[in-house]
Amino acid sequence: MSISIAGERQEGKSANQSVAVKGKRRSFEFVLRFLLMLCAAVSIFTTAGIVFVLLFETMEFFQEVSLWSFLTDTKWTPLFVPKHFGILALLSGTFLITLGASLVALPFGFMTAIYLSEYAPDRIRRMLKPVLEILAGIPTIVYGYFALTFVTPMIRQIFPYAGVFNALSASIVVGIMILPMVASMSEDAMAAVPRSLRDGAYALGATKLEVAAKVVVPAALSGIVGSFVLALSRAIGETMIVAIAAGSTPKLTLNPLESVQTMTAYIVQVSQGDIQYGSIEYKTIFAVGMTLFLLTLAMNVIAQWITRRFKEKD
Amino acid sequence: MRMEKKAAIRKILDRVSRVVFFLSTMAGVAALAILLYRIVSVGIGCLDWQFLTSFPSRFPDKAGILSALAGSVWVIGLTAPIAFVLGLGTAVYLEEYAKKNWFTRFLQVNINNLAGVPSIVFGILGLGLFVKGMMLGQVVLAGVLTMSLLILPIIVVASQEAIKSVPQHLRDASCALGATKWQTVKGVVIPAAFPGILTGVILALSRAVGETAPLVVVGALAFVSFVPISPLDSFTVLPIQIFNWTSRPQDEFRSLAAAGIIVLLIVLFATNTAAVWLRNKFQKRL
Repeated sequence: MSISIAGERQEGKSANQSVAVKGKRRSFEFVLRFLLMLCAAVSIFTTAGIVFVLLFETMEFFQEVSLWSFLTDTKWTPLFVPKHFGILALLSGTFLITLGASLVALPFGFMTAIYLSEYAPDRIRRMLKPVLEILAGIPTIVYGYFALTFVTPMIRQIFPYAGVFNALSASIVVGIMILPMVASMSEDAMAAVPRSLRDGAYALGATKLEVAAKVVVPAALSGIVGSFVLALSRAIGETMIVAIAAGSTPKLTLNPLESVQTMTAYIVQVSQGDIQYGSIEYKTIFAVGMTLFLLTLAMNVIAQWITRRFKEKD
Repeated sequence: MRMEKKAAIRKILDRVSRVVFFLSTMAGVAALAILLYRIVSVGIGCLDWQFLTSFPSRFPDKAGILSALAGSVWVIGLTAPIAFVLGLGTAVYLEEYAKKNWFTRFLQVNINNLAGVPSIVFGILGLGLFVKGMMLGQVVLAGVLTMSLLILPIIVVASQEAIKSVPQHLRDASCALGATKWQTVKGVVIPAAFPGILTGVILALSRAVGETAPLVVVGALAFVSFVPISPLDSFTVLPIQIFNWTSRPQDEFRSLAAAGIIVLLIVLFATNTAAVWLRNKFQKRL
Protein backbone atom coordinates (compact mmCIF):
# COMPACT_ATOMS: atom_id res chain seq x y z
CA MET A 1 0.00 0.00 0.00
CA SER A 2 2.85 2.40 0.71
CA ILE A 3 4.51 2.04 -2.71
CA SER A 4 2.30 4.36 -4.69
CA ILE A 5 2.53 7.09 -2.08
CA ALA A 6 6.33 6.99 -1.91
CA GLY A 7 6.45 7.57 -5.67
CA GLU A 8 4.52 10.77 -5.38
CA ARG A 9 6.65 12.41 -2.73
CA GLN A 10 9.52 12.78 -5.18
CA GLU A 11 7.33 14.50 -7.71
CA GLY A 12 6.87 17.76 -5.87
CA LYS A 13 10.43 19.06 -6.54
CA SER A 14 9.78 21.79 -9.06
CA ALA A 15 6.51 23.56 -9.59
CA ASN A 16 6.66 23.37 -13.38
CA GLN A 17 7.31 19.71 -13.40
CA SER A 18 4.46 19.19 -11.03
CA VAL A 19 1.98 21.02 -13.27
CA ALA A 20 3.08 18.96 -16.26
CA VAL A 21 2.75 15.77 -14.27
CA LYS A 22 -0.69 16.80 -13.07
CA GLY A 23 -1.89 17.42 -16.62
CA LYS A 24 -0.52 14.11 -17.77
CA ARG A 25 -2.06 12.39 -14.80
CA ARG A 26 -5.42 13.91 -15.47
CA SER A 27 -5.51 12.74 -19.08
CA PHE A 28 -4.28 9.34 -17.93
CA GLU A 29 -7.14 9.18 -15.42
CA PHE A 30 -9.55 10.17 -18.16
CA VAL A 31 -8.33 7.45 -20.54
CA LEU A 32 -8.45 4.94 -17.73
CA ARG A 33 -11.99 5.73 -16.75
CA PHE A 34 -12.92 5.29 -20.40
CA LEU A 35 -11.18 1.89 -20.59
CA LEU A 36 -12.93 0.68 -17.45
CA MET A 37 -16.24 1.81 -18.88
CA LEU A 38 -15.47 -0.23 -21.99
CA CYS A 39 -14.94 -3.31 -19.80
CA ALA A 40 -18.33 -2.70 -18.20
CA ALA A 41 -19.88 -2.19 -21.62
CA VAL A 42 -18.83 -5.71 -22.66
CA SER A 43 -21.57 -7.19 -20.51
CA ILE A 44 -24.15 -4.97 -22.18
CA PHE A 45 -22.81 -5.96 -25.58
CA THR A 46 -23.12 -9.59 -24.50
CA THR A 47 -26.80 -9.21 -23.71
CA ALA A 48 -27.34 -7.20 -26.88
CA GLY A 49 -25.39 -9.86 -28.81
CA ILE A 50 -27.52 -12.67 -27.43
CA VAL A 51 -30.75 -10.86 -28.21
CA PHE A 52 -29.59 -9.77 -31.67
CA VAL A 53 -28.21 -13.16 -32.74
CA LEU A 54 -31.29 -15.00 -31.48
CA LEU A 55 -33.71 -12.48 -32.96
CA PHE A 56 -32.01 -12.28 -36.35
CA GLU A 57 -31.94 -16.02 -37.03
CA THR A 58 -35.34 -16.60 -35.42
CA MET A 59 -36.89 -14.09 -37.80
CA GLU A 60 -35.30 -15.94 -40.71
CA PHE A 61 -36.75 -19.12 -39.24
CA PHE A 62 -40.24 -17.65 -39.13
CA GLN A 63 -40.05 -16.75 -42.80
CA GLU A 64 -40.07 -20.45 -43.55
CA VAL A 65 -42.23 -21.71 -40.70
CA SER A 66 -45.35 -19.92 -39.49
CA LEU A 67 -45.50 -18.83 -35.88
CA TRP A 68 -48.86 -20.53 -35.63
CA SER A 69 -47.57 -23.99 -36.55
CA PHE A 70 -44.50 -23.44 -34.34
CA LEU A 71 -46.78 -22.87 -31.34
CA THR A 72 -49.55 -25.38 -32.09
CA ASP A 73 -48.03 -28.30 -34.01
CA THR A 74 -47.49 -31.24 -31.67
CA LYS A 75 -44.62 -32.86 -33.59
CA TRP A 76 -41.00 -31.75 -33.74
CA THR A 77 -39.14 -33.47 -36.59
CA PRO A 78 -36.89 -30.91 -38.34
CA LEU A 79 -34.33 -33.59 -39.22
CA PHE A 80 -36.71 -35.92 -41.08
CA VAL A 81 -39.28 -35.68 -43.85
CA PRO A 82 -42.06 -34.67 -43.39
CA LYS A 83 -40.67 -31.85 -41.30
CA HIS A 84 -42.70 -30.63 -38.36
CA PHE A 85 -41.79 -27.65 -36.19
CA GLY A 86 -44.02 -27.86 -33.12
CA ILE A 87 -42.14 -26.47 -30.12
CA LEU A 88 -44.78 -28.04 -27.81
CA ALA A 89 -43.10 -31.44 -28.17
CA LEU A 90 -39.80 -30.02 -26.86
CA LEU A 91 -41.53 -27.84 -24.25
CA SER A 92 -43.35 -30.86 -22.85
CA GLY A 93 -40.04 -32.75 -22.50
CA THR A 94 -38.51 -29.77 -20.72
CA PHE A 95 -41.58 -29.48 -18.51
CA LEU A 96 -41.55 -33.16 -17.58
CA ILE A 97 -37.86 -33.11 -16.62
CA THR A 98 -38.25 -29.87 -14.66
CA LEU A 99 -41.27 -31.20 -12.82
CA GLY A 100 -39.46 -34.42 -11.88
CA ALA A 101 -36.32 -32.54 -10.84
CA SER A 102 -38.32 -30.20 -8.62
CA LEU A 103 -40.04 -33.14 -6.91
CA VAL A 104 -36.55 -34.30 -5.90
CA ALA A 105 -34.77 -31.02 -5.27
CA LEU A 106 -37.40 -28.84 -3.61
CA PRO A 107 -38.41 -31.06 -0.65
CA PHE A 108 -34.91 -32.40 -0.02
CA GLY A 109 -33.27 -29.01 -0.52
CA PHE A 110 -35.82 -27.34 1.73
CA MET A 111 -35.43 -29.89 4.52
CA THR A 112 -31.65 -29.77 4.21
CA ALA A 113 -31.82 -26.00 4.62
CA ILE A 114 -33.98 -26.32 7.75
CA TYR A 115 -31.65 -28.92 9.21
CA LEU A 116 -28.55 -26.83 8.53
CA SER A 117 -30.01 -23.58 9.77
CA GLU A 118 -32.08 -24.76 12.78
CA TYR A 119 -30.98 -28.19 13.94
CA ALA A 120 -27.38 -28.96 13.04
CA PRO A 121 -24.72 -28.38 15.70
CA ASP A 122 -21.94 -26.08 14.52
CA ARG A 123 -19.46 -28.91 14.11
CA ILE A 124 -21.71 -30.90 11.76
CA ARG A 125 -22.70 -27.77 9.86
CA ARG A 126 -19.07 -27.02 9.15
CA MET A 127 -18.65 -30.55 7.80
CA LEU A 128 -21.82 -30.58 5.67
CA LYS A 129 -21.53 -27.19 3.98
CA PRO A 130 -18.37 -28.12 2.00
CA VAL A 131 -20.03 -31.38 0.92
CA LEU A 132 -22.90 -29.38 -0.58
CA GLU A 133 -20.40 -27.04 -2.22
CA ILE A 134 -18.63 -29.99 -3.83
CA LEU A 135 -21.98 -31.34 -5.02
CA ALA A 136 -22.71 -27.93 -6.56
CA GLY A 137 -19.29 -27.77 -8.22
CA ILE A 138 -19.40 -31.12 -10.01
CA PRO A 139 -19.60 -30.61 -13.79
CA THR A 140 -22.95 -31.58 -15.30
CA ILE A 141 -21.29 -34.01 -17.71
CA VAL A 142 -20.31 -36.08 -14.66
CA TYR A 143 -23.93 -36.11 -13.50
CA GLY A 144 -24.94 -37.19 -16.99
CA TYR A 145 -22.57 -40.14 -16.87
CA PHE A 146 -23.92 -41.03 -13.42
CA ALA A 147 -27.51 -40.90 -14.68
CA LEU A 148 -26.90 -43.18 -17.65
CA THR A 149 -24.62 -45.75 -16.01
CA PHE A 150 -26.04 -45.93 -12.50
CA VAL A 151 -29.53 -44.46 -12.11
CA THR A 152 -30.94 -45.79 -15.40
CA PRO A 153 -29.96 -49.45 -14.81
CA MET A 154 -31.47 -49.18 -11.33
CA ILE A 155 -34.73 -47.81 -12.71
CA ARG A 156 -34.84 -50.54 -15.34
CA GLN A 157 -34.55 -53.16 -12.63
CA ILE A 158 -37.59 -51.76 -10.87
CA PHE A 159 -39.55 -50.99 -14.07
CA PRO A 160 -38.35 -53.50 -16.69
CA TYR A 161 -40.29 -51.80 -19.48
CA ALA A 162 -38.51 -48.47 -19.00
CA GLY A 163 -36.33 -47.39 -21.94
CA VAL A 164 -32.53 -47.11 -21.95
CA PHE A 165 -33.18 -43.41 -22.27
CA ASN A 166 -35.96 -42.20 -20.00
CA ALA A 167 -37.13 -38.98 -18.43
CA LEU A 168 -37.17 -40.37 -14.90
CA SER A 169 -33.44 -40.99 -14.66
CA ALA A 170 -32.62 -37.54 -16.06
CA SER A 171 -35.16 -35.88 -13.72
CA ILE A 172 -33.76 -37.51 -10.60
CA VAL A 173 -30.21 -36.54 -11.45
CA VAL A 174 -31.11 -32.98 -12.49
CA GLY A 175 -32.84 -32.83 -9.11
CA ILE A 176 -29.66 -33.92 -7.34
CA MET A 177 -27.75 -31.30 -9.32
CA ILE A 178 -29.97 -28.37 -8.30
CA LEU A 179 -30.48 -29.58 -4.71
CA PRO A 180 -27.40 -27.78 -3.29
CA MET A 181 -28.59 -24.53 -4.86
CA VAL A 182 -32.02 -24.78 -3.19
CA ALA A 183 -30.41 -25.80 0.11
CA SER A 184 -27.79 -23.07 0.29
CA MET A 185 -30.02 -20.22 -0.93
CA SER A 186 -32.88 -21.22 1.38
CA GLU A 187 -30.47 -21.58 4.26
CA ASP A 188 -29.11 -18.08 3.61
CA ALA A 189 -32.67 -16.76 3.79
CA MET A 190 -33.34 -18.64 7.05
CA ALA A 191 -30.06 -17.52 8.59
CA ALA A 192 -31.08 -13.91 7.95
CA VAL A 193 -34.12 -14.25 10.24
CA PRO A 194 -33.28 -12.34 13.44
CA ARG A 195 -32.28 -14.40 16.46
CA SER A 196 -34.78 -12.48 18.63
CA LEU A 197 -37.79 -13.91 16.77
CA ARG A 198 -36.63 -17.44 17.54
CA ASP A 199 -35.87 -16.59 21.15
CA GLY A 200 -39.35 -15.13 21.55
CA ALA A 201 -40.96 -18.34 20.34
CA TYR A 202 -38.72 -20.53 22.51
CA ALA A 203 -39.61 -18.38 25.53
CA LEU A 204 -43.27 -19.19 24.88
CA GLY A 205 -42.41 -22.88 25.06
CA ALA A 206 -42.29 -23.75 21.34
CA THR A 207 -40.40 -26.81 20.19
CA LYS A 208 -37.68 -26.66 17.52
CA LEU A 209 -40.10 -27.87 14.87
CA GLU A 210 -42.65 -25.22 15.81
CA VAL A 211 -40.03 -22.49 15.71
CA ALA A 212 -38.86 -23.69 12.30
CA ALA A 213 -42.32 -24.15 10.80
CA LYS A 214 -44.16 -21.21 12.36
CA VAL A 215 -41.48 -18.55 12.78
CA VAL A 216 -38.39 -19.09 10.64
CA VAL A 217 -39.95 -20.43 7.43
CA PRO A 218 -42.70 -17.77 7.23
CA ALA A 219 -40.17 -15.02 7.90
CA ALA A 220 -37.78 -16.38 5.25
CA LEU A 221 -40.52 -17.31 2.78
CA SER A 222 -39.57 -14.83 0.06
CA GLY A 223 -35.98 -16.06 -0.06
CA ILE A 224 -37.08 -19.68 -0.04
CA VAL A 225 -39.60 -19.26 -2.85
CA GLY A 226 -37.03 -17.20 -4.77
CA SER A 227 -34.55 -20.05 -4.51
CA PHE A 228 -37.19 -22.51 -5.75
CA VAL A 229 -37.91 -20.45 -8.85
CA LEU A 230 -34.21 -19.95 -9.60
CA ALA A 231 -33.60 -23.68 -9.21
CA LEU A 232 -36.41 -24.44 -11.66
CA SER A 233 -34.90 -22.01 -14.12
CA ARG A 234 -31.57 -23.87 -13.76
CA ALA A 235 -33.35 -27.17 -14.41
CA ILE A 236 -34.94 -25.78 -17.58
CA GLY A 237 -31.54 -24.66 -18.88
CA GLU A 238 -29.69 -27.82 -17.85
CA THR A 239 -28.25 -29.52 -20.88
CA MET A 240 -25.77 -32.36 -20.57
CA ILE A 241 -27.69 -34.59 -18.15
CA VAL A 242 -30.78 -34.58 -20.35
CA ALA A 243 -28.77 -34.87 -23.56
CA ILE A 244 -27.14 -38.04 -22.22
CA ALA A 245 -29.90 -39.71 -20.21
CA ALA A 246 -33.29 -38.53 -21.50
CA GLY A 247 -32.82 -39.51 -25.13
CA SER A 248 -33.75 -37.71 -28.33
CA THR A 249 -37.41 -38.45 -28.97
CA PRO A 250 -39.47 -35.26 -28.80
CA LYS A 251 -43.02 -36.13 -27.85
CA LEU A 252 -45.99 -34.98 -25.82
CA THR A 253 -46.04 -37.33 -22.86
CA LEU A 254 -46.23 -37.29 -19.11
CA ASN A 255 -44.91 -40.83 -18.74
CA PRO A 256 -41.51 -40.52 -17.04
CA LEU A 257 -40.40 -43.96 -18.21
CA GLU A 258 -40.41 -42.92 -21.86
CA SER A 259 -37.67 -41.22 -23.79
CA VAL A 260 -38.27 -37.50 -24.33
CA GLN A 261 -36.26 -34.57 -25.67
CA THR A 262 -35.83 -31.18 -24.07
CA MET A 263 -35.10 -27.91 -25.84
CA THR A 264 -31.49 -27.98 -24.65
CA ALA A 265 -30.96 -31.60 -25.68
CA TYR A 266 -32.28 -30.81 -29.15
CA ILE A 267 -29.78 -27.97 -29.56
CA VAL A 268 -26.95 -30.33 -28.57
CA GLN A 269 -28.18 -33.03 -30.95
CA VAL A 270 -28.29 -30.68 -33.93
CA SER A 271 -24.96 -29.07 -33.08
CA GLN A 272 -23.22 -32.42 -33.03
CA GLY A 273 -24.16 -33.18 -36.62
CA ASP A 274 -22.77 -31.47 -39.68
CA ILE A 275 -25.24 -28.68 -40.30
CA GLN A 276 -25.22 -26.34 -43.23
CA TYR A 277 -24.98 -22.66 -42.38
CA GLY A 278 -28.28 -21.00 -43.27
CA SER A 279 -30.24 -24.24 -43.55
CA ILE A 280 -33.54 -24.66 -41.73
CA GLU A 281 -31.86 -27.06 -39.26
CA TYR A 282 -29.34 -24.33 -38.45
CA LYS A 283 -32.13 -21.81 -37.88
CA THR A 284 -34.04 -24.12 -35.55
CA ILE A 285 -31.14 -23.85 -33.08
CA PHE A 286 -31.87 -20.16 -32.74
CA ALA A 287 -35.64 -20.47 -32.63
CA VAL A 288 -35.41 -23.07 -29.86
CA GLY A 289 -32.66 -21.03 -28.14
CA MET A 290 -34.90 -17.96 -28.23
CA THR A 291 -37.74 -19.89 -26.56
CA LEU A 292 -35.35 -21.19 -23.91
CA PHE A 293 -33.86 -17.73 -23.32
CA LEU A 294 -37.26 -16.06 -22.90
CA LEU A 295 -38.51 -18.79 -20.57
CA THR A 296 -35.49 -18.70 -18.24
CA LEU A 297 -35.32 -14.90 -18.35
CA ALA A 298 -38.96 -14.69 -17.27
CA MET A 299 -38.35 -17.09 -14.39
CA ASN A 300 -35.24 -15.24 -13.22
CA VAL A 301 -37.11 -11.93 -13.28
CA ILE A 302 -39.96 -13.52 -11.30
CA ALA A 303 -37.50 -14.90 -8.74
CA GLN A 304 -35.89 -11.47 -8.28
CA TRP A 305 -39.29 -9.85 -8.02
CA ILE A 306 -40.48 -12.29 -5.34
CA THR A 307 -37.32 -11.87 -3.29
CA ARG A 308 -37.46 -8.08 -3.46
CA ARG A 309 -41.19 -7.61 -3.00
CA PHE A 310 -41.47 -9.63 0.17
CA LYS A 311 -38.30 -8.22 1.62
CA GLU A 312 -39.82 -4.76 1.66
CA LYS A 313 -42.73 -5.94 3.78
CA ASP A 314 -40.76 -7.08 6.81
CA MET B 1 -54.31 -34.12 31.50
CA ARG B 2 -55.12 -33.00 27.98
CA MET B 3 -52.30 -30.46 28.07
CA GLU B 4 -49.83 -33.15 29.02
CA LYS B 5 -50.95 -35.37 26.18
CA LYS B 6 -50.58 -32.48 23.77
CA ALA B 7 -47.12 -31.71 25.07
CA ALA B 8 -46.09 -35.33 24.60
CA ILE B 9 -47.32 -35.33 20.99
CA ARG B 10 -45.48 -32.09 20.29
CA LYS B 11 -42.32 -33.60 21.71
CA ILE B 12 -42.63 -36.72 19.58
CA LEU B 13 -43.30 -34.66 16.47
CA ASP B 14 -40.21 -32.62 17.25
CA ARG B 15 -38.04 -35.73 17.57
CA VAL B 16 -39.42 -37.28 14.38
CA SER B 17 -38.90 -34.10 12.40
CA ARG B 18 -35.30 -33.87 13.57
CA VAL B 19 -34.63 -37.35 12.20
CA VAL B 20 -36.45 -36.63 8.92
CA PHE B 21 -34.51 -33.41 8.34
CA PHE B 22 -31.24 -35.11 9.19
CA LEU B 23 -31.93 -38.03 6.83
CA SER B 24 -32.88 -35.75 3.95
CA THR B 25 -29.61 -33.87 4.43
CA MET B 26 -27.76 -37.17 4.38
CA ALA B 27 -29.48 -38.08 1.09
CA GLY B 28 -27.40 -35.42 -0.64
CA VAL B 29 -24.23 -36.63 1.04
CA ALA B 30 -25.05 -40.22 0.08
CA ALA B 31 -25.63 -39.21 -3.54
CA LEU B 32 -22.18 -37.62 -3.64
CA ALA B 33 -20.55 -40.65 -2.06
CA ILE B 34 -22.20 -43.12 -4.47
CA LEU B 35 -21.35 -40.95 -7.45
CA LEU B 36 -17.67 -40.66 -6.55
CA TYR B 37 -17.39 -44.34 -5.61
CA ARG B 38 -18.97 -45.47 -8.89
CA ILE B 39 -16.73 -43.32 -11.03
CA VAL B 40 -13.51 -44.18 -9.26
CA SER B 41 -14.24 -47.93 -9.15
CA VAL B 42 -15.10 -48.06 -12.86
CA GLY B 43 -12.51 -45.65 -14.15
CA ILE B 44 -9.39 -46.33 -12.12
CA GLY B 45 -8.55 -49.44 -14.17
CA CYS B 46 -8.20 -47.42 -17.38
CA LEU B 47 -6.20 -44.63 -15.84
CA ASP B 48 -2.55 -45.04 -16.73
CA TRP B 49 0.26 -43.18 -18.46
CA GLN B 50 -0.78 -44.49 -21.84
CA PHE B 51 -4.31 -43.07 -21.33
CA LEU B 52 -2.90 -39.63 -20.56
CA THR B 53 -0.54 -39.57 -23.55
CA SER B 54 -2.62 -41.12 -26.34
CA PHE B 55 -5.06 -39.65 -28.82
CA PRO B 56 -8.65 -40.89 -29.07
CA SER B 57 -9.05 -44.09 -31.03
CA ARG B 58 -11.68 -46.49 -32.32
CA PHE B 59 -10.03 -49.16 -30.20
CA PRO B 60 -10.81 -48.63 -26.52
CA ASP B 61 -7.53 -50.08 -25.28
CA LYS B 62 -5.50 -47.63 -27.38
CA ALA B 63 -7.62 -44.55 -26.73
CA GLY B 64 -6.37 -41.68 -24.63
CA ILE B 65 -7.18 -38.18 -23.55
CA LEU B 66 -4.14 -36.17 -24.66
CA SER B 67 -5.88 -33.94 -27.24
CA ALA B 68 -8.77 -33.21 -24.84
CA LEU B 69 -6.41 -32.35 -22.00
CA ALA B 70 -4.39 -30.07 -24.28
CA GLY B 71 -7.60 -28.46 -25.55
CA SER B 72 -8.81 -27.78 -22.02
CA VAL B 73 -5.45 -26.23 -21.12
CA TRP B 74 -5.64 -23.99 -24.20
CA VAL B 75 -9.20 -22.87 -23.45
CA ILE B 76 -8.57 -22.18 -19.78
CA GLY B 77 -5.18 -20.59 -20.38
CA LEU B 78 -6.65 -18.05 -22.78
CA THR B 79 -10.01 -17.57 -21.06
CA ALA B 80 -8.39 -16.73 -17.71
CA PRO B 81 -6.61 -13.48 -18.69
CA ILE B 82 -9.47 -12.21 -20.87
CA ALA B 83 -12.19 -12.85 -18.30
CA PHE B 84 -9.98 -11.58 -15.45
CA VAL B 85 -9.21 -8.23 -17.09
CA LEU B 86 -12.79 -7.64 -18.27
CA GLY B 87 -14.32 -8.81 -14.99
CA LEU B 88 -12.04 -6.80 -12.73
CA GLY B 89 -12.37 -3.75 -14.98
CA THR B 90 -16.17 -3.95 -14.81
CA ALA B 91 -16.18 -4.43 -11.04
CA VAL B 92 -13.78 -1.50 -10.46
CA TYR B 93 -15.84 0.70 -12.74
CA LEU B 94 -19.11 -0.17 -11.00
CA GLU B 95 -17.78 0.12 -7.45
CA GLU B 96 -15.25 2.96 -7.70
CA TYR B 97 -16.02 5.08 -10.73
CA ALA B 98 -19.66 4.87 -11.78
CA LYS B 99 -22.13 7.40 -10.47
CA LYS B 100 -25.21 5.93 -8.85
CA ASN B 101 -27.65 6.65 -11.65
CA TRP B 102 -30.06 4.70 -13.82
CA PHE B 103 -27.30 3.60 -16.18
CA THR B 104 -25.31 1.98 -13.37
CA ARG B 105 -28.42 0.26 -12.07
CA PHE B 106 -29.12 -0.97 -15.60
CA LEU B 107 -25.57 -2.37 -15.84
CA GLN B 108 -26.01 -4.15 -12.54
CA VAL B 109 -29.38 -5.68 -13.41
CA ASN B 110 -27.95 -6.72 -16.75
CA ILE B 111 -25.01 -8.52 -15.14
CA ASN B 112 -27.26 -10.28 -12.63
CA ASN B 113 -29.51 -11.47 -15.44
CA LEU B 114 -26.57 -12.67 -17.55
CA ALA B 115 -25.53 -14.86 -14.64
CA GLY B 116 -28.87 -16.66 -14.94
CA VAL B 117 -28.80 -17.24 -18.70
CA PRO B 118 -28.38 -20.98 -19.48
CA SER B 119 -24.87 -21.80 -20.64
CA ILE B 120 -26.10 -23.28 -23.89
CA VAL B 121 -27.48 -19.88 -24.88
CA PHE B 122 -23.95 -18.50 -24.61
CA GLY B 123 -22.98 -21.33 -26.95
CA ILE B 124 -25.59 -20.10 -29.44
CA LEU B 125 -24.19 -16.58 -29.10
CA GLY B 126 -20.71 -17.97 -29.82
CA LEU B 127 -22.00 -19.88 -32.84
CA GLY B 128 -23.82 -16.89 -34.32
CA LEU B 129 -21.27 -14.20 -33.41
CA PHE B 130 -17.80 -15.73 -33.38
CA VAL B 131 -18.01 -18.90 -35.49
CA LYS B 132 -20.28 -17.60 -38.26
CA GLY B 133 -20.48 -13.82 -37.79
CA MET B 134 -16.74 -13.16 -37.42
CA MET B 135 -15.99 -16.24 -39.53
CA LEU B 136 -13.51 -17.60 -37.03
CA GLY B 137 -14.76 -21.13 -37.68
CA GLN B 138 -14.90 -23.87 -35.07
CA VAL B 139 -11.58 -23.03 -33.43
CA VAL B 140 -10.03 -22.59 -29.98
CA LEU B 141 -10.41 -18.80 -30.13
CA ALA B 142 -14.19 -19.00 -30.69
CA GLY B 143 -14.47 -21.32 -27.69
CA VAL B 144 -12.30 -19.02 -25.58
CA LEU B 145 -14.34 -15.90 -26.36
CA THR B 146 -17.59 -17.74 -25.64
CA MET B 147 -16.27 -19.06 -22.32
CA SER B 148 -14.97 -15.62 -21.33
CA LEU B 149 -18.41 -14.08 -21.78
CA LEU B 150 -20.00 -17.01 -19.94
CA ILE B 151 -17.92 -16.66 -16.77
CA LEU B 152 -17.68 -12.87 -16.86
CA PRO B 153 -20.77 -12.27 -14.65
CA ILE B 154 -19.45 -14.64 -11.97
CA ILE B 155 -16.11 -12.81 -11.83
CA VAL B 156 -17.76 -9.38 -11.82
CA VAL B 157 -20.10 -10.22 -8.94
CA ALA B 158 -17.34 -11.85 -6.84
CA SER B 159 -14.94 -8.93 -7.46
CA GLN B 160 -17.65 -6.42 -6.58
CA GLU B 161 -18.24 -8.17 -3.26
CA ALA B 162 -14.50 -8.16 -2.56
CA ILE B 163 -14.12 -4.46 -3.45
CA LYS B 164 -17.18 -3.53 -1.37
CA SER B 165 -15.62 -5.14 1.69
CA VAL B 166 -12.52 -2.89 1.55
CA PRO B 167 -12.96 -0.35 4.41
CA GLN B 168 -13.66 3.21 3.21
CA HIS B 169 -11.01 4.71 5.54
CA LEU B 170 -8.23 3.05 3.53
CA ARG B 171 -9.42 4.94 0.43
CA ASP B 172 -9.76 8.17 2.39
CA ALA B 173 -6.22 7.87 3.75
CA SER B 174 -4.83 7.31 0.29
CA CYS B 175 -6.69 10.29 -1.17
CA ALA B 176 -5.64 12.47 1.75
CA LEU B 177 -2.02 11.76 0.87
CA GLY B 178 -2.69 13.17 -2.58
CA ALA B 179 -3.11 9.94 -4.50
CA THR B 180 -5.34 10.12 -7.54
CA LYS B 181 -8.37 7.90 -7.95
CA TRP B 182 -6.49 5.35 -10.03
CA GLN B 183 -3.47 5.35 -7.67
CA THR B 184 -5.86 4.62 -4.83
CA VAL B 185 -7.58 1.86 -6.75
CA LYS B 186 -4.32 0.31 -7.93
CA GLY B 187 -2.33 0.71 -4.75
CA VAL B 188 -4.97 0.29 -2.05
CA VAL B 189 -8.31 -1.12 -3.15
CA ILE B 190 -7.23 -3.90 -5.50
CA PRO B 191 -4.47 -5.29 -3.25
CA ALA B 192 -6.86 -5.33 -0.27
CA ALA B 193 -9.60 -7.00 -2.29
CA PHE B 194 -7.27 -9.36 -4.15
CA PRO B 195 -7.86 -12.57 -2.19
CA GLY B 196 -11.61 -12.28 -2.74
CA ILE B 197 -11.17 -11.42 -6.40
CA LEU B 198 -8.85 -14.36 -6.92
CA THR B 199 -11.26 -16.79 -5.30
CA GLY B 200 -14.02 -15.59 -7.59
CA VAL B 201 -11.83 -15.89 -10.68
CA ILE B 202 -10.73 -19.42 -9.87
CA LEU B 203 -14.24 -20.59 -9.02
CA ALA B 204 -15.38 -19.15 -12.33
CA LEU B 205 -12.55 -20.91 -14.17
CA SER B 206 -13.38 -24.24 -12.58
CA ARG B 207 -16.91 -23.73 -13.86
CA ALA B 208 -15.41 -23.16 -17.31
CA VAL B 209 -13.31 -26.34 -17.11
CA GLY B 210 -16.44 -28.43 -16.64
CA GLU B 211 -18.74 -26.64 -19.11
CA THR B 212 -19.71 -28.84 -22.03
CA ALA B 213 -22.85 -27.57 -23.70
CA PRO B 214 -21.64 -24.17 -25.00
CA LEU B 215 -18.56 -25.74 -26.58
CA VAL B 216 -20.63 -28.46 -28.26
CA VAL B 217 -22.69 -25.71 -29.88
CA VAL B 218 -19.63 -23.62 -30.78
CA GLY B 219 -18.36 -26.75 -32.50
CA ALA B 220 -15.55 -28.33 -30.55
CA LEU B 221 -14.99 -31.64 -32.31
CA ALA B 222 -15.49 -35.03 -30.73
CA PHE B 223 -12.56 -36.69 -32.47
CA VAL B 224 -9.30 -34.75 -32.51
CA SER B 225 -6.06 -36.63 -33.05
CA PHE B 226 -3.62 -33.75 -32.69
CA VAL B 227 -2.66 -31.16 -30.12
CA PRO B 228 -3.78 -27.64 -31.12
CA ILE B 229 -0.73 -25.44 -31.69
CA SER B 230 -2.47 -22.10 -32.28
CA PRO B 231 -5.73 -20.47 -31.18
CA LEU B 232 -6.99 -20.91 -34.73
CA ASP B 233 -6.84 -24.72 -34.69
CA SER B 234 -9.85 -26.91 -34.15
CA PHE B 235 -10.02 -28.52 -30.74
CA THR B 236 -11.80 -30.65 -28.20
CA VAL B 237 -11.93 -30.42 -24.40
CA LEU B 238 -12.12 -32.91 -21.54
CA PRO B 239 -15.92 -32.79 -20.97
CA ILE B 240 -16.65 -33.21 -24.68
CA GLN B 241 -14.36 -36.23 -24.92
CA ILE B 242 -16.13 -37.68 -21.88
CA PHE B 243 -19.51 -36.93 -23.49
CA ASN B 244 -18.42 -38.73 -26.64
CA TRP B 245 -17.28 -41.82 -24.77
CA THR B 246 -20.41 -41.84 -22.59
CA SER B 247 -22.67 -41.74 -25.65
CA ARG B 248 -21.21 -44.97 -27.04
CA PRO B 249 -23.01 -48.14 -26.05
CA GLN B 250 -19.93 -50.32 -25.42
CA ASP B 251 -18.85 -50.81 -21.82
CA GLU B 252 -15.18 -50.31 -22.66
CA PHE B 253 -15.87 -46.75 -23.74
CA ARG B 254 -17.96 -46.13 -20.63
CA SER B 255 -14.92 -47.10 -18.55
CA LEU B 256 -12.81 -44.68 -20.57
CA ALA B 257 -15.41 -42.00 -19.81
CA ALA B 258 -15.07 -42.74 -16.09
CA ALA B 259 -11.29 -42.49 -16.35
CA GLY B 260 -11.72 -39.17 -18.18
CA ILE B 261 -14.01 -37.95 -15.40
CA ILE B 262 -11.33 -38.81 -12.81
CA VAL B 263 -8.84 -36.67 -14.76
CA LEU B 264 -11.41 -33.84 -14.96
CA LEU B 265 -12.14 -34.02 -11.24
CA ILE B 266 -8.42 -34.01 -10.44
CA VAL B 267 -7.97 -30.88 -12.57
CA LEU B 268 -10.90 -29.25 -10.74
CA PHE B 269 -9.56 -30.28 -7.36
CA ALA B 270 -6.14 -28.89 -8.23
CA THR B 271 -7.55 -25.51 -9.31
CA ASN B 272 -9.62 -25.24 -6.14
CA THR B 273 -6.66 -26.13 -3.96
CA ALA B 274 -4.63 -23.50 -5.82
CA ALA B 275 -7.39 -21.00 -5.05
CA VAL B 276 -7.25 -21.70 -1.33
CA TRP B 277 -3.44 -21.61 -1.31
CA LEU B 278 -3.21 -18.34 -3.24
CA ARG B 279 -5.85 -16.73 -1.06
CA ASN B 280 -3.98 -17.63 2.10
CA LYS B 281 -0.72 -16.37 0.62
CA PHE B 282 -2.12 -12.98 -0.35
CA GLN B 283 -4.05 -12.60 2.87
CA LYS B 284 -0.89 -13.02 4.92
CA ARG B 285 0.97 -10.38 2.99
CA LEU B 286 -1.52 -7.67 3.90
